[in-house]
Amino acid sequence: MATSQLELKGITKRYPGVLANDSIDLSIQPGEVHALLGENGAGKSTLVKIIYGVVRADSGELRWKGEPISITSPNQARSLGIGMVFQHFNLFETLTVAENISLGIDADHDLKVLTSEIREISERYGLPINPHQHVHELSVGERQRVEIIRCLVQDPKLLIMDEPTSVLTPQEIAKLFETLKRLSSEGCSILYISHKLEEIQELCDHATVLRLGKVTATCTPRDETPKSLAEMMIGSELPVCKRTESAYSPDVRLALRGLAITSPDPHGTDLKGIDLEVRKGEVLGIAGVAGNGQKELLATINGEILSPRAEMIELNGEAVATSSPAARRDRGLGFVPEERLGRGAVPEMSLAFNALLTGNQKGMVSDKGFIDFAHMRDYATKVRERFDVRSDGIDAEAKSLSGGNLQKFIIGREIMFGPELLILGHPTWGVDVGAATTIHQAIVDLASGGTAVVVVSEDLDELFEICDSIAVIAEGRLSPIRATSDTDVEEIGRWMSGQFGEEDGADNHVAA
Amino acid sequence: MDGMDTALAILVGTVRAGTPLVFAAIGELIVEKSGVLNLGVEGMMLVGAVSGFIATVLTGSPYIGILVAIGAGVLLSLVFGCLTQLLLTNQVATGLALTIFGVGLSAFIGLDYVGTPITGLRPIAIPVLSSIPIIGPLLFNHDLLIYMSVGMVALVTWFLYRSRGGLILRAVGESHDAAHALGYSVVKIRFLSIMFGGGMAGLAGAYLSLVYTPQWAENMTAGRGWIALALVVFATWRPARVLIGAYLFGGITILSLHVQAHGFDVSSHLVATLPYIATIVVLVLISRDATKIRLNAPASLGRPFHPGA
Amino acid sequence: MLRLEPRQTTSVQMQYATPVIAGVLTIVAGIILFSSLGVDPIEALYTFFVKPLTSVYGLGEWALKATPLLLCAIGLSVGFRGNVWNIGAEGQLTIGAVCGGGIALAFYGDEGPWLLPLMLLCGGLGGMLYGAIPAFLKNRFNANEILTSLMLVYVSIQILGYLVHGPWRDPDGYNFPESRLFDDYGLMPVLLAGTRLHLGVIIALVLTGVIWVFMSRSFQGYKVTVAGQAPAAAAYAGYSRKRVVLISFLISGFMAGLAGITEVSGAIGQLVPVVSPGYGFAAIIVAFLGRLHPVGIVFAAFLISLMYLGGEALQINMKLPLAVTGVFQGMLLFFVLGSEVLVRYRIKIGTQAREA
Repeated sequence: MATSQLELKGITKRYPGVLANDSIDLSIQPGEVHALLGENGAGKSTLVKIIYGVVRADSGELRWKGEPISITSPNQARSLGIGMVFQHFNLFETLTVAENISLGIDADHDLKVLTSEIREISERYGLPINPHQHVHELSVGERQRVEIIRCLVQDPKLLIMDEPTSVLTPQEIAKLFETLKRLSSEGCSILYISHKLEEIQELCDHATVLRLGKVTATCTPRDETPKSLAEMMIGSELPVCKRTESAYSPDVRLALRGLAITSPDPHGTDLKGIDLEVRKGEVLGIAGVAGNGQKELLATINGEILSPRAEMIELNGEAVATSSPAARRDRGLGFVPEERLGRGAVPEMSLAFNALLTGNQKGMVSDKGFIDFAHMRDYATKVRERFDVRSDGIDAEAKSLSGGNLQKFIIGREIMFGPELLILGHPTWGVDVGAATTIHQAIVDLASGGTAVVVVSEDLDELFEICDSIAVIAEGRLSPIRATSDTDVEEIGRWMSGQFGEEDGADNHVAA
Repeated sequence: MDGMDTALAILVGTVRAGTPLVFAAIGELIVEKSGVLNLGVEGMMLVGAVSGFIATVLTGSPYIGILVAIGAGVLLSLVFGCLTQLLLTNQVATGLALTIFGVGLSAFIGLDYVGTPITGLRPIAIPVLSSIPIIGPLLFNHDLLIYMSVGMVALVTWFLYRSRGGLILRAVGESHDAAHALGYSVVKIRFLSIMFGGGMAGLAGAYLSLVYTPQWAENMTAGRGWIALALVVFATWRPARVLIGAYLFGGITILSLHVQAHGFDVSSHLVATLPYIATIVVLVLISRDATKIRLNAPASLGRPFHPGA
Repeated sequence: MLRLEPRQTTSVQMQYATPVIAGVLTIVAGIILFSSLGVDPIEALYTFFVKPLTSVYGLGEWALKATPLLLCAIGLSVGFRGNVWNIGAEGQLTIGAVCGGGIALAFYGDEGPWLLPLMLLCGGLGGMLYGAIPAFLKNRFNANEILTSLMLVYVSIQILGYLVHGPWRDPDGYNFPESRLFDDYGLMPVLLAGTRLHLGVIIALVLTGVIWVFMSRSFQGYKVTVAGQAPAAAAYAGYSRKRVVLISFLISGFMAGLAGITEVSGAIGQLVPVVSPGYGFAAIIVAFLGRLHPVGIVFAAFLISLMYLGGEALQINMKLPLAVTGVFQGMLLFFVLGSEVLVRYRIKIGTQAREA
């Protein structure tokens, strides 16, 4: 066997309170597609940050083409021939594609020459892009292309891809895989980070599995089953939430009628005439690629963005589209925003005070406007116990909790108000499998108790698991709504790229 | 012909009154483009004014005074830089502290120099061109700093939009996290920007104490540092518009002086409020369009950056 | 190399320790400053910090100067907690003095025991309305409140200047730019014979208590805090940002206005061109030094007040310029802000991959 392109030996990295990487070994051959598999919090991100020079390991050795090396900065990593496509893109919205790519190159270069190089690479690898466009005009898929091209112009020997498919439609994923296979055939090694088992089986030659900072297995994914991979990843079988009897009834809890708004964010997406109805006991999933109006839809339903006409949103038959979030809450709306710290919870306040955030109408505030502290603490305690929130009591600051535990607290807080309608944005994003299952179960149970639920998520597996019906949001427009049993990933994926006709859209009116 | 002379005097006066604002605002523009809000412009101007003045008295050379003023501004801005970039203090509060400190410090060290006469910077008449009627005195018979201020605006425009350094600066101002992940030293770039802002504020102060008045008086900037901050917003973070804005304010100042000189019966106190009220009006007009501000303001303006986060 | 490591929870001990650390650092810096001026630092520090308090009169002056600082700072702290930056307390103070003083002048020769309460009310309301201007411009036009409130300081000083030079000048005052002296009914009752200490200090302490209760026990106070710490969370929960801006400015404007009228009806007794040696700005330091907490602010107000007295004592006894006070105040604020880092971060010695 030839010398490894990259070899890690005993890489260890400790953060306050966690051992993020515990003596990790890993080796990648030239041209190999190597999977780094693990659930959220397993230490994948820390490891790739070490390889890319963003973070330095406490101990351990890196070898590049057999030579021991210490990588102290991304610039050095790039000059070695390591490229990285981040999960959260490192792009600058107000700059052009060419300028963004130029910022990723250290050597002296001419922007005009670079522009023609970009064109050439874009053609060769099937990554269509216009170098002069500003990034804020691009879709998420196009932005990823910019990130990939930024690596490719430097002729990398190793390309690191951090969860690249979480923002793509199934069709885009297929195209991405073609590009990656082509690169690997040209001798470029690829370190592919994911927790999606099917993808890894399709694409990767070898896999290293991480759990709680340690390597738990190395394997050849094609010889494994999704079940065996899952066991390596989480130490047990993938838990599935139990569906309970549906409490579905024809009472409409939420109706959007031609909902159209202009996004207050100049780089945002406008909503263009969205119609939908959600009924008692129904779980409706809204799929879509990030940046297609989900943020705006969620904020508009909650009332952070007000709509031009009150009738555009009806809660239990009442027109509320021009009312404040507090007024909608009084009418039975519960809301779990996509950002936990800073929006769903105040980072530097205790859980008790965070219970008060949306809890004013539940007896925590007296008629004269004073806080009832005993009541507030009692409520926080109940949420913490019922939803298995692991924290240092209810006086722990929100920012000290892990993502999963904080999310359980926020969802618990909203559920315990007894909402008639609950809206959730990306409820399990960045959450470990255990917490995700708890959250899914809570959503399903809530619906069987008669609450209408809307889940906006980019995770199709999640939506197919817990939703009764599914729609897609693309460029601020909503697709037809289908019963989950009447559709499949293929169709939803096609809709995610905006391919649903006008006449399909009319279905929603007929249903109404 | 008298009317013509008055008009010319007003125009020349406008440029002179606007020049300190040009320096201070163009410096702050760079600072803000890198994502930092430094509200200490007023304090840095005052310290620049007093130290430049003292150096001129001691050496007899206003040019040395100018250099000292720039140095003093840079030095003071370093205090702001260390606090906000290394100790991650709140930028608004730290900027205010800088102004309070600068007001006190300048009054303290300038006490013995109040009322000292100096020979300020002389205008440099550009041969031939300056003798052209009207255009000559208007464009080609100024002190060195006025030519420099215009040159500085051109230089900053070129730097921001034509050079790689400017590209990096804008990138840092838009998203420090992304810039950091690409391997750029956010703190270093911001430090350099803050120092440039400090130097320009010091220079602006020197213009007041060495050219415009020329003398030293406590609190002589009279809010010009704050007006410069407003100008950056007015210019929607574009260098060329800073020039327009600064001359607009210079014009208002000069006009209000002429109103009194021409015997209109208005209280000097009420006339003196004009530049401040104009600033408010301009801010209101420009800020009305929230989207426009959001599109142009550097996205990470005022947000602290901690590389470990 | 030193590096910062975020704390999982904010350190309570450090919250108490930082003002002390800042105070010690300021004294150290003071020693350096005085030594470099060729002044005996021990004597200077004694004159600055201790000498003013060695007489009953001095103690009275201490509390007297603390009063406007406390009034302004406690009002400002509400907005600062809500991330609303009223920098114009000095202007609201001036307008408070103008409005309250205007009442005294308007009823000249026609006074009664009702005069002082009316002056206080009008002073407070005047400051409040003046403070409402930046709030309105912010809410309606999105204009930066830092800049507008500050511009209004310069405007207010010119308004006062216009009045005492013009329409309100004392007709029997030999052309000095001063108003008539207020009638006794328009003066604050003195609390302690032999001093100038007046009722204002009691008013300030009572209102401090009221604001403490408002911020710590009322839901509206909680909303202000949430809006300051996490604006997106406030929007999500449906707390009106505009209301927070307005409430902050109304409260801080009212308190500053009250500070203005207690100054002119207390220590001064008439309207003069300069009614405050920068109390409105120093109050910003007081608010931060007190960590935006009412109890801390009371202590901080007395400390900054001492600095004013100390500056005067240095001027009289050691011929040092009054501006020393400003230098000390600025340094203190730097140290307060700088040591704040200890509350949120641990300082670690050692290297990390990328220290920028």
